[in-house]
Amino acid sequence: MVPHPDGQTVAAIFAGGALGTLARAALAQAFPHAATAWPWPTFGVNIVAALLLGYFVTRLQERLPLSSYRRPLLGTGICGGLSTFSTMQVEILKMLSAHAYGLAAGYAAASIAAGYAAIHLSTALVRRVPVVRGSVRR
Amino acid sequence: MSVLVWVLVVLIGGAGSVLRFYVDGLVSSASGRDFPYGTLVVNLSGSVILGLLAGLALAGDAALLAGTAAVGSYTTFSTWMLETQRLTEERQHRKAALNIVVSLVLGVAAAALGRLIGAQL
Repeated sequence: MVPHPDGQTVAAIFAGGALGTLARAALAQAFPHAATAWPWPTFGVNIVAALLLGYFVTRLQERLPLSSYRRPLLGTGICGGLSTFSTMQVEILKMLSAHAYGLAAGYAAASIAAGYAAIHLSTALVRRVPVVRGSVRR
Repeated sequence: MSVLVWVLVVLIGGAGSVLRFYVDGLVSSASGRDFPYGTLVVNLSGSVILGLLAGLALAGDAALLAGTAAVGSYTTFSTWMLETQRLTEERQHRKAALNIVVSLVLGVAAAALGRLIGAQL
């Protein structure tokens, strides 16, 4: 997307990002974990966000009429704010520093496998529903 | 934990997401759409900064606001996965694999670099 968005797009991203971040931060605060324990809060939000993003993006691009605010709100905002890459990397780094190599490898592999599968699954689910006549297909 | 802190989490989370949108847009329009460089730049830069915060040993509200809210909302796991899956759908398997490996290896390296810098400050 060209970086000259209208105010509505930016507002939608802000609102969605705020909501997604609030949910992720609340979970992180509610379920603290040791550096060498499985990071369930990060793992959980990342996989749920991937599941939602596959669903939203596929539906918006292939099933629903064009909308100016839905993708920024639901995709860039909520899913982007809910999921986090940097936290996952620092968690892996801390596992490596604690010599928990198996855990680090397992966490990285499981996140990527489950995240990828989540996108694949929600995308396939949306595509199982036939295109409704009159809706816009990319 | 005060209400003010959570209000700040919400505001910072919104701002971090908007910043991600701009950085992704700027990088993507400069680099073309052959490869998801925008998300890569966002995620690697965020990993350096979060590593730096870890090196500074921030705790409590400071860690929540600067780390979890700001950097956490700026970076994205879901878009990384979506772009990888879409590359596979387009039968660009090499690029998809590269997007996984480069992001992961450089992401951990970026976090380590940030932590090293943070520990020196």
